[in-house]
Amino acid sequence: MARNPFRSEADAYRFLLLTIGYFALIVAAASLNRWVGLAVFAILSALVLWRWLGTRSAEPPVRPAVPLRSDDAERHILVIANETVGGDELLAVLEQRSEGVREEVFVVVPALNSPVRHWASDEDGARAAAQRRLQTSLERLAAAGVDARGEVGDGDPLQAMEDALRTFGADEIVISTHPEGRSHWLERNVVGAARDRFDVPITHVVVDLEAEAS
Amino acid sequence: MSAHAEHAAHEHAGHGHGPPIANQSSRIEPPVLGMFLFIASEAMLFGAFFTAYFFVRVVNPEAPSWPLEGFHLPVFVAGVNTVILVTSSFTMHWALQSIKRGNRTGLKAGLVLTFMMGLAFLVTQMLEYARIGFNPADGSFGTIFYGLTGLHGAHVFVGLTLLAVATVRAFRGHFTPEHHHGVELPGIYWHFVDVMWIVVYATIYLI
Repeated sequence: MARNPFRSEADAYRFLLLTIGYFALIVAAASLNRWVGLAVFAILSALVLWRWLGTRSAEPPVRPAVPLRSDDAERHILVIANETVGGDELLAVLEQRSEGVREEVFVVVPALNSPVRHWASDEDGARAAAQRRLQTSLERLAAAGVDARGEVGDGDPLQAMEDALRTFGADEIVISTHPEGRSHWLERNVVGAARDRFDVPITHVVVDLEAEAS
Repeated sequence: MSAHAEHAAHEHAGHGHGPPIANQSSRIEPPVLGMFLFIASEAMLFGAFFTAYFFVRVVNPEAPSWPLEGFHLPVFVAGVNTVILVTSSFTMHWALQSIKRGNRTGLKAGLVLTFMMGLAFLVTQMLEYARIGFNPADGSFGTIFYGLTGLHGAHVFVGLTLLAVATVRAFRGHFTPEHHHGVELPGIYWHFVDVMWIVVYATIYLI
């Protein structure tokens, strides 16, 4: 998915300069010949589109905005999960990470939504459902002795991680998913994309809730 | 052992007191995002006018001759006006860069220059209307010409109003290198007005 290229006045100013160049070339070509102008318009438009769609890969990795504390006795873990946050494998990883240190776990549950509802901005139901999953998950973590808090995040798991990193100085991100074949996130390569995008160690935990239930 | 959800929406939902707090993404500040969304809606408004313009142009039986016989557009004067408006965007950007560096004099000078050039553009456009030789009732071309350029002129007027407020505030010392939203948002709007004029000038006057 391409990113919004407009985030400040400087971006708007850059867009203005590009617009001047874009139309100058088209007008110059059209003054030679109407069809040359049309061809230049098509080529430039395709170039702009291609450039815009390629902006994501060119961006530097995102670092936590909140500086990490130098206290080695604390470990901050950002957990991103949907339904699997209370799974045994994840709890085992969290317990292992917190051995000998005081852990602070921040759980983000993305408000997953259907594309149609997303585009219609109808996300109240998705957020309410995510809130319920978060509450259940936090209760299971508390029962297992994990000190955790959390919030409902953006429907896009990568965006939810980035949002959380703005306020939570994570030492590590733990992404919890269903096994291969049952996980939409694995199908979309969310783990690989997160490794590319975030300058934070990332651990992928596979939680098989069906196996745990049987 | 303590586990608690921070999300206030749950509390609101549980007690039924008003809507949940807005979900805020990290990429962009809400006032800036609001301005960009407003501009997006404005771009759609311009898009509707451009659609009408190109429709009139394409279906006209006298096409590709354009503008139609009897209509003469002052390309040179509009070109000078374009240079004025583009330059005003440069000074607007300079004003904002100045306050980011703590240069209040640069901010004030940049805003005053931008305002003056915007005013010059608007006055020139009014003079152009007075002398152009046709009016909005003169066929579909006259209607869409005045519709598009008038719509843009209205946006210039709104931009000038925003600039006037920003200029007064700048002279009262309201802006600092850390807090200058009152300049940044009019700046974004002004660049949008400039971009739309380039599209209007290129499509109506030149192509």
